[in-house]
Amino acid sequence: MAKKSLDCWFEEMHTDNVKMSIRVDQHLYSGSSEFRRIDVFDSPEFGKFLTSNGNVIFSEQEEFTYDEMIVHVPMAVHPDVKRVLVIGGGDGGVARELSHYKEIEVIDIAEPDKMFVDVCRKFFPDNAIGLEDVRVRIYYEDGLRFLRRCKDKYDLIINDATDPLGHEAGLFTKEFYGNCFKALHDDGIMVYQHGSPFFDEDEENCRAMHRKAFRSFPINRVYQAHIPTCPAGYWLFGFASKKYHPLKDFDPERWEKRKIKTWYYTTHLHQGAFMLPKYVEDILTEEE
Amino acid sequence: MDLSRQNEAPLYDALERFRRLRVVPFDVPGHKRGRGNPQLVEFLGQKCVEVDVNSMKPLDNLCHPVSVIRDAEALAADAFGAAHAFFMVGGTTGAVQSMVLTACKHGDKIIMPRNVHKSAINALVLCGAIPVYIDPKVDTKLGIPLGMELADVKKAVEANPDAKAILINNPSYYGICSDLRAIVDLAHQSGMMALVDEAHGTHLYFGDDLPLNGMAAGADMSAISMHKSGGSLTQSSLLLTGASVNEGYVSNIINLTQTTSASYLLLGSLDISRRNLALHGRESFAKVRSMADYAREEINEIDGYYAFGAELINGGSIYDFDVTKLVVNTRGIGLTGIEVYDLLREEYDIQMEFGDLSNVLAYISIGDRLQDIERLAGALDDIARLYAKPEGNFFSAEYVTPIVKATPQEAFYAEKIKLPLQETVGRICAESVMCYPPGIPILAPGEVITEDILAYINLAKEKGCSMQGPESEDISELCVLK
Repeated sequence: MAKKSLDCWFEEMHTDNVKMSIRVDQHLYSGSSEFRRIDVFDSPEFGKFLTSNGNVIFSEQEEFTYDEMIVHVPMAVHPDVKRVLVIGGGDGGVARELSHYKEIEVIDIAEPDKMFVDVCRKFFPDNAIGLEDVRVRIYYEDGLRFLRRCKDKYDLIINDATDPLGHEAGLFTKEFYGNCFKALHDDGIMVYQHGSPFFDEDEENCRAMHRKAFRSFPINRVYQAHIPTCPAGYWLFGFASKKYHPLKDFDPERWEKRKIKTWYYTTHLHQGAFMLPKYVEDILTEEE
Repeated sequence: MDLSRQNEAPLYDALERFRRLRVVPFDVPGHKRGRGNPQLVEFLGQKCVEVDVNSMKPLDNLCHPVSVIRDAEALAADAFGAAHAFFMVGGTTGAVQSMVLTACKHGDKIIMPRNVHKSAINALVLCGAIPVYIDPKVDTKLGIPLGMELADVKKAVEANPDAKAILINNPSYYGICSDLRAIVDLAHQSGMMALVDEAHGTHLYFGDDLPLNGMAAGADMSAISMHKSGGSLTQSSLLLTGASVNEGYVSNIINLTQTTSASYLLLGSLDISRRNLALHGRESFAKVRSMADYAREEINEIDGYYAFGAELINGGSIYDFDVTKLVVNTRGIGLTGIEVYDLLREEYDIQMEFGDLSNVLAYISIGDRLQDIERLAGALDDIARLYAKPEGNFFSAEYVTPIVKATPQEAFYAEKIKLPLQETVGRICAESVMCYPPGIPILAPGEVITEDILAYINLAKEKGCSMQGPESEDISELCVLK
């Protein structure tokens, strides 16, 4: 007899009028840290996925998309990254992608929520494996606080925080971008999650991010990726740089030689990712 | 404080009961529970608009409370350790003025520090009492006025034994406290009333290890800004009186200027906030204190800033310090406090309480979160990185003893002419001039205008302080006595 699926659905409102529903097989975990409520589900379509305060943060089926896009894009541009700081990223996916690069010496992770790290270790070993790399050091501390003490310390900063409201709000502020600037070397790069530009209610946050980053770094570009569980399935990343331009200084041959296996990123896609729809270009220009 | 009774909130309960009755309104206000003004409902919410009502029997009347307001006031008095408490809807301005008007009539003298809030000096304009100013010492390094030294108060008392009252600012805007008990005792020994402007001291009644509060020090009257650290709505305050004060007389004084349409939104918020303070104040202010300590620690690690704390206490002009206040001296990065205040707001979406020539001030309360403190520290760090200049020659906020040639009332109502600022040197000023915040007059009616004072006013204008007081909108002219 064919296995019958449960009529059990996880739902997330993307706007007041748009809802995403995912059929769920099991509710694997539910707990609250001092920062948020965390749940883990297993689903037929997306595999296991984790939610924070009811919002999907990542799923097994698509996490490769953003982990690859937030790591390989800057790594294919900057010629010599030795020290990396990841803010958030307690699941290990970003660290895992970074570990493919032999020349990196230090991967510091600033993640205040220890419970989040523990839950990811337990349920998402394919991500958490990234945390086992010897170069990784986890600081269980507020990202803004950690950053304040850093000066001229990193080549690359990856801001993996996704929610401009809630406890990560400080990571989307002008002082955050300013503190990142200070913490980076003279040719450092910062990449960050830039939200979704499609729905009205997300657009304002998206604009605010560009507006603030734009005033902090000389080079500011935005690139895109397709991530099914985010609003409208359309997600942006910010590339803020002191020296290197994401396309002009992009070295595809050098990256190809590394022979890193990816599921989303390619050197062709790298260029295409920076080619944005007109309405997104307009949003960004208006904030400049 | 009788904790078992503090659980009650009689005025709030009466309002909730009234709301549920859905009585048909043929009295004011005209919006009739919002039906007549849908945009008001949109703006404030249905719940809010439904309790915006007029006084009536079940809801008592602030001008002569006999039932639920009287009960709520009694609970407030109990919570604050006072003999009587008055709910005030004219802000702490109303409370301070009522205190001064209670203590003094025309021609009476009142001893006060010169750095009082404008409400105190304006009360003198109303009743014609005569100020005897005490020189508040100034810390020239930090650029802040300090408390009243006991020796200075003694001198003033000896020189003016017929004064009717001593008014004490405690704590000051900057959290500086004077030796309250000694000053209150001195006042009583000399047959004077002790009045305390505790606008910045609501929490002193509920937190542990905080400076002494007015009622505990034996003061006769105290003005409390419930809307500052007490959590109630803006413009709602309390006036507390001690056992030796005739509360009926105080009530008459208050009613000389109080509105007969007191807002129940304000009154209800006073009742709820009083309950909250009584039941949870201790733990709330312990949390506030630890956030302020943490903020000081973090900010002091950033080069150029000095967030001062209890280390300033010197037993005299800084007898005690309110550690829940966060004051950051910005001279080290070469910027004035007002410049940092503006940068924080314009570039970082952070609204501070106040910035003067040397400092910025943050009000930390139970509504703050650690992540907000991180943002403040991060923003201050970024400002230092982007905008710091070499430490310049700062105009030191020297206290200039005012030359008082006329009482505030005489000067205010005298025949006057308006002159351009630079032509007013040597004339007697007929109006007040101040930066707001803090609302402490740089110049008060009856005082002689000097070059130093004008230099200070021009500097404040140049640095972007919001200025108030004179008829002239841009403070280019002043009214002076003919």
